[in-house]
Formats: sequence, C-alpha cells, structure tokens
Amino acid sequence: MFDSMTNQMLWDATKETLYMVAISVGIAHIIGLPLGVLLTTTDKGHILQNLPLNKVIGAVVNVGRSIPFIILMVAIIPFTRMVAGTSIGTTAAIVPLTVAAIPFVARLVESALKEVDSGVIEAAQAMGSTPAEIIRKVLLPEAMPSLVLGFTLTAVSLVGFSAMAGAIGGGGLGDLAIRFGYQRFRGDIMLQTVVILVVLVQGVQTLGDWVSRRVNKR
Amino acid sequence: MIRLRGLYKTFEGKNQVHALRGIDLDIPKGQVFGVIGQSGAGKSTLVRCINLLERPTSGQIWVDDTEVTSLSSRQLRSARKRMGMIFQHFNLLSSRTAAGNIAYPLELAGADKTETKTRVEEMLKLVGLEDKAHAYPAQLSGGQKQRVGIARALANEPQVLLCDEATSALDPETTKSVLQLLKEINQQMGLTIVLITHEMPVIQEICDMVAVLEHGIIQEEGRVIDVFTKPKSQATRRMLQDTMEVRIPPDLLQRPEKSNGDCRRILKLSFVGPGAHEPLISDMVKRHPVNANILFGRIDQMKDIPFGMLLLEISGEADLVDQAVNYLQSQDVEVEVFQDV
Ligand SMILES: Nc1ncnc2c1ncn2[C@@H]1O[C@H](COP(=O)(O)OP(=O)(O)O)[C@@H](O)[C@H]1O
Ligand SMILES: [Mg+2]
Repeated sequence: MFDSMTNQMLWDATKETLYMVAISVGIAHIIGLPLGVLLTTTDKGHILQNLPLNKVIGAVVNVGRSIPFIILMVAIIPFTRMVAGTSIGTTAAIVPLTVAAIPFVARLVESALKEVDSGVIEAAQAMGSTPAEIIRKVLLPEAMPSLVLGFTLTAVSLVGFSAMAGAIGGGGLGDLAIRFGYQRFRGDIMLQTVVILVVLVQGVQTLGDWVSRRVNKR
Repeated sequence: MIRLRGLYKTFEGKNQVHALRGIDLDIPKGQVFGVIGQSGAGKSTLVRCINLLERPTSGQIWVDDTEVTSLSSRQLRSARKRMGMIFQHFNLLSSRTAAGNIAYPLELAGADKTETKTRVEEMLKLVGLEDKAHAYPAQLSGGQKQRVGIARALANEPQVLLCDEATSALDPETTKSVLQLLKEINQQMGLTIVLITHEMPVIQEICDMVAVLEHGIIQEEGRVIDVFTKPKSQATRRMLQDTMEVRIPPDLLQRPEKSNGDCRRILKLSFVGPGAHEPLISDMVKRHPVNANILFGRIDQMKDIPFGMLLLEISGEADLVDQAVNYLQSQDVEVEVFQDV
C-alpha cells in the first residue's frame, strides 16, 4: 500500500528499533542480573547477608527507577557522548535505554530470585554448597521461568522507550512516526508504525511466554 | 559419634524464644536415634544445629571427633558433605530431574561425568526409582520425592543422616515404606540416623533410642522400649496418652461399690519382650481366688520387640486382692495401680 521508498523506510526503522532494544536489553542484563543477585543474596537471612551493601544498592536502584526516561535521556547526554561518541542516532540511544533498564532489570531479577523456596536453598547449604554454587546451580535455574518473563517485560518496555528515544533523534520507529507521521502530516505512516510496534510487542511477549513455559518444570 | 554439649539456642526478635535450653546428648554410631516432641518443642532447631544450619547461641557439637562448632566456613562445607539431610517438604530442585537432583551433591564433590552417572544409577536403584530418573519432582508423588531426597542425601556416602520430620507430609502407607527404606539403609550401611518427629509410631517403627524434647529441654532419653514402657517424665506420659495409653472411661471407675465390702482395683500391666507371651492372668487367678476382668488390652511391637499392655480390674476380699497384686508385681511385668476403688 506504500511506495517502495516508504516501505524501505519502515523496514529500516523497524530494524533500528530491534537493534536498539536487543543491545540495550542485553547490556542491561549483563549489569542488572548481578545487581539483582546481589540485592537478593545480601538481604537479611540470605546467603551473603550484608545489610549496608544491600541498602546502598537498593537506594541506587530506586533513584534510577524514579527518574522519568525522558529526563534521564537528556540528563545523561554528556555521558552518552562519552560512551557513544555522539548524542544523536541509534547507537547513542542505546546508552540511555540501557541505563534506564539496568535498575528495572535488577528489581525484576530480585523479585524472581526471592520466589525461590528457602527450603531448597537450605538443602543446598546442607549439602555443603558455596554461595557461588547456590547462585549458579540453585537460584538462577530455579528462578528461570520468572527470569525469562522479566527479560520479556524488559524487552517490551524498551520497545516503548526506544520509540521515545526516537522522538528526539534516536532513529527507529518512533523517529519515523514523529518526522513523517507527525511533522509531515502522514497519518498513514503514523498508523503503520503503531501497527508494527504492536506486532513487535505481541511477538516478543508471545515468544517470552512460550520460552518461560518451556523452562518451567514445576 | 554425635555429641552435643550444653547447647542453647535463643532466637532474638520482638519476643525472645528460647528454643533449646541446655541440651546434652550422645548419639552412638550406627544407631537410629529419634527425637520426639510436640510442635514448637525445638526439634527442628536441634537437628539443624547438628550441621549448623542453625548456629547455637552457645554449646559445642562434635560429629565423629570433629568439633563442627569450631570449623571455618570452608571446613564446615566439607563436613556437611559427610552429613546427609532430608526434609519434611523434600526441598528438591524443581528445575532438575530425579537424576539431576541426585547428581547435585556429586557435582559439589567434583565427581566426573561417568562417576556421577554410575553413582546416580546406583542410588536410584537403592531407593527403587530406576524408572523415574528423568521425571521432574512435579511429576512424582510425595513418597517418590522423599526417596529422591534420600538418594540425594546418601549420594556422597555420608556417615550421618539427619531427618527433619521426613515422613510428616506423607500418608501412613507411604510413611511405612519410607521408614522401611531408612531401616534397610541403616542396617546395610551402618549409617547413623537422627530422626525427629512428632509422631510416636515413627519412633516405634525404626528407632533404637529416643529422646523426648519439651520446651527445649530433653526430658528423658534411652532405649525406645524402656522410655515408652516405663516413662519417667510427665512429657513422655502426655505423649503416650495420645497414642498408646488408654484413658479409662470415667463411669467404669464409678461403678457402685459391691455391698459385701469387697475391694476393687484397676491395674495397668505392661509386658515387654517374651513376657508378653505368658499366661500371667490365669496363673494369678489359680493362685489367688479373685475376680479378674480385662477392661482393655493391646499388644504392639517396638522395632523388633513385642510389648503388651493390659488394663485389669480385680475384685474380691481385700486380702486376696492384695496378694494377687503382690503376685503380679513379683512377675516379669510392670504393674501400676491405677485406681483403688
Ligand atoms: N528462625 C526462627 N526465628 C525465630 N524463632 C524461631 C525460629 N525457628 C524456630 N523458632 C522458634 O523456636 C521454637 C522451636 O522451634 P522448632 O525447633 O521449629 O520446633 P519443632 O521443630 O519442635 O516444632 C518455636 O517456638 C519456634 O517458633
Ligand atoms: Mg519442626
């Protein structure tokens, strides 16, 4: 229904969105997962109880989570420039997306790990497991279905955030919607980006639910 | 084998709880040692102190000449590998199959793949679950889960097996079969088993020795047969009342006095071992002409020893009744005069 140039634009924008989301979800987990593990295990009565450390990480995470994304994105522009070499474009958008997602991931991981039955952790301790073994062989595998759902939720949220990042020059579907759909009054392109976003979100969610069910042996 | 000295455990909090208040206990090698007590008595705390899942507030614990209370955390981990533990709610890894669960302690011990595989198969065979190797816990019944728990606990050939209410979540039939398995393992491997429970029949079924715990204090301990047939403490009596003791229906005691001034007594006789087979009552009646009326009787088994209990009413001339009682007391039975009427 579009000319080939518009189609190409939509396709490129979709790829940019996928790229931004995939990389930021990945990096956010590389940093957020250990943070979530620490948040859980340093809590009272857990395997690495350390309340001061727990309080500090908890506070930092809360600060991160309470800053609205749009403000965070602007506020960390100098940092973005330092990391990505520029503050505009798809690669640059990955930086604020990742920064915003880290505390989110940390909390999701924490809540997933807290669901693990304390009896099972105790059994592992009774067998002489080290804390590292408990994390690797008990906490993470036992929490896997919830972790997968958390991963999915993060990806879905980042699709939305990436559209926001696009609105201020980050590329991707949001960028397209603003530049063509809004500024050039192309309601049809606006609608098409929304449809693609909905399909993306649905797809990610469906896949995530499926994987989570597959790894759930309970 | 296991020695507890001056063990105290106080849980701090809004209300302090003194869960253990001075426990001294010796558990000999190869024994099945039961700890019985009502809920809240401190049983779990006691058994969890042995592998330091719970650290005592004060006191010492030795397992096999190692003072576990003085170990570093690394040493403690290696000591724990020599102690198995099973739990009321099994505590299996839901993300691993039966075989995977049994492999867990072997992985910790650094066993290689083939070693692990052989050992897992051996253990599955031991607990009779060869066909369930690839089943996840969610696909197993309670009894099967506990068998996996046992296999996991024994995979590293520990010298001690700690059981925290291991059969309390199981139905009576399954309980019997799990206890039977523990009994076999105890005999085959000479494993020391410490078993805590609030259920008398469990102790009766497999324990050699028992300690009665109440309010964090051991009220009584000894061979099961002695403790249960000649209870010394109120705690044991109360416990026995629920399962084995009989309560005499009140109107039995209030039967009208016979007019001729006869004397009437209610006695409780307990027989232990071979004595349970002797024709004691008919002998008594032949020697001392009194009326004997059996109100209640049962015969039971503690591990392998038979024991019986009889509630007897004898009546007749006061002198003769006395003589009859004396006669019984001179025989190989415990006599308790319940009631003088
Ligand atoms: N972690 C804990 N914190 C506070 N109180 C506890 C804790 N564990 C046990 N208790 C208390 O200690 C007492 C003994 O508990 P427990 O050893 O579990 O008894 P049992 O196993 O005989 O039912 C109970 O009053 C219980 O409430
Ligand atoms: Mg208990």
